[in-house]
Amino acid sequence: MTEWRPGCPLAPLQKRAALLAAIRHFFAARNVLEVETPLLCRAGVTDPNLHSFTTLLNKPGAAEGDRLYLQTSPEFAMKRLLAAGSGSIYQICKAFRNEESGRWHNPEFTLLEWYRVGFDLARLIDEIDALLGEICRGDLNLAPSERLSYRELFREHAGADPLSPSFEELAVCAEARGLPEARELCGDDRSLWLDLLFSHLVQPRLGRGRITFVYDFPAFLPSLARKKPGDPHVVERVEIFLEGMELGNGFHELADAVEQEERFDRDLAVRRENGLPLPAKDERLLAALRSGLPDCSGVAVGLDRLLMIMMRAGSIDEVLAFPAARA
Amino acid sequence: MATFSTNEFRGGLKVMLDGDPCSIIENEFVKPGKGQAFNRVKLRNLKTGRVIERTFKSGETLEGADVVDTEMQYLYNDGELWHFMVPESFEQYAADTNVVGDAKKWLKEQDVCIVTLYNGVPISVTPPNFVELAIVETDPGIRGDTSGGGGKPATLDTGAVVRVPLFVQTGEVIKVDTRTGEYVSRVK
Repeated sequence: MTEWRPGCPLAPLQKRAALLAAIRHFFAARNVLEVETPLLCRAGVTDPNLHSFTTLLNKPGAAEGDRLYLQTSPEFAMKRLLAAGSGSIYQICKAFRNEESGRWHNPEFTLLEWYRVGFDLARLIDEIDALLGEICRGDLNLAPSERLSYRELFREHAGADPLSPSFEELAVCAEARGLPEARELCGDDRSLWLDLLFSHLVQPRLGRGRITFVYDFPAFLPSLARKKPGDPHVVERVEIFLEGMELGNGFHELADAVEQEERFDRDLAVRRENGLPLPAKDERLLAALRSGLPDCSGVAVGLDRLLMIMMRAGSIDEVLAFPAARA
Repeated sequence: MATFSTNEFRGGLKVMLDGDPCSIIENEFVKPGKGQAFNRVKLRNLKTGRVIERTFKSGETLEGADVVDTEMQYLYNDGELWHFMVPESFEQYAADTNVVGDAKKWLKEQDVCIVTLYNGVPISVTPPNFVELAIVETDPGIRGDTSGGGGKPATLDTGAVVRVPLFVQTGEVIKVDTRTGEYVSRVK
């Protein structure tokens, strides 16, 4: 019986500790407040592609309990703090996503999430760049970062326009690039087409030796980002890639309660169609948005993956003391 | 036959893909943070031996393939078919040249190899990792050379040609690694 032992040597654990200290130092110097919000939440996430863990809260001695969700991200609770006037905040916490495990996924993982009041997306990207530069220095020799739009990257690496009105162009490009199954797999689901082609053809090329920031995501992909003023087809969203890995996702945050509720309803309709669980909408988030979310941008960064890159690990299990199989 | 979901796909699982039995080599979970989950799967077509990659939506299923690897003794070749026997049951199977493929150059009568059956019919033959075969022809080497540097081709009694060290002579029995086709040692 050796399964009581950690699955990784001490070095990744020491690197993790140093990483957390460096992040706290970075935000302390910038007067961003560290906060904690509940891991156990009353409302679940509606995004049809995320699967929550659930549990029951029993009052002492009670036979029946209330359903609670382990958070898939601290986003909703942090926005309630922002609406209540917290100012800029950050959090380092565990997030939980069921049905996600593999080389780059452990069902529970560590997120760094932060919100900057008064920042537009470009300014937030500057800060992400500064943070990653500071904490990776010494471990990674990165070239200056690059910022590229989703559409131009898609054209360059998948060979097609992601917004092309016909799926035929996407199908032809997929087939030419070794994905003949795409046509049957994706049908006429545009989000699926884009997820497949971006994750298989574009993403592996991104962030090689430098951080790649991808911006101007198509508006129909799920997010909590604002529509870009003057261009209704894209949202103010950024994704961070390093060494072919998705490290994080940031938005100029949607502050409109009505649009937020519409997006919840759209998600729930998709869930209903696919026979997925139907969590209640987070009414407390909606109430917070109605009372007023300050103009802000926020981002979440997966720290286990960042550690993987710093340690040159081939699998997330190599940087976790106890990955799910050993938990 | 049972069906298997992408989360059950692991190395060695036999499934049907496009009408052919395949063996799963690798299964990688790919998921954008905000987007559909996929499984990128590497499989070997057991009929052609070709390796293919295919992406599925997570949760999709494939039908299992009735494929069994069976240890059998190679009996003889009748000029057209290769004949094998399960030692315990004496059950016999015949395979043609397409099925035996590259294995034919390593098959020596009485050796035990793996015959892969699909719906009860042989679809491939895997020779033992190491075989001992006699050299029927090789150039006489230079006496006294024991270094093995350089080497020379030698034809074995099954027809296979391998490179052997210069000191190895016609009539000797050698051990060969069938996975690499390389000479391992002389057999005393």
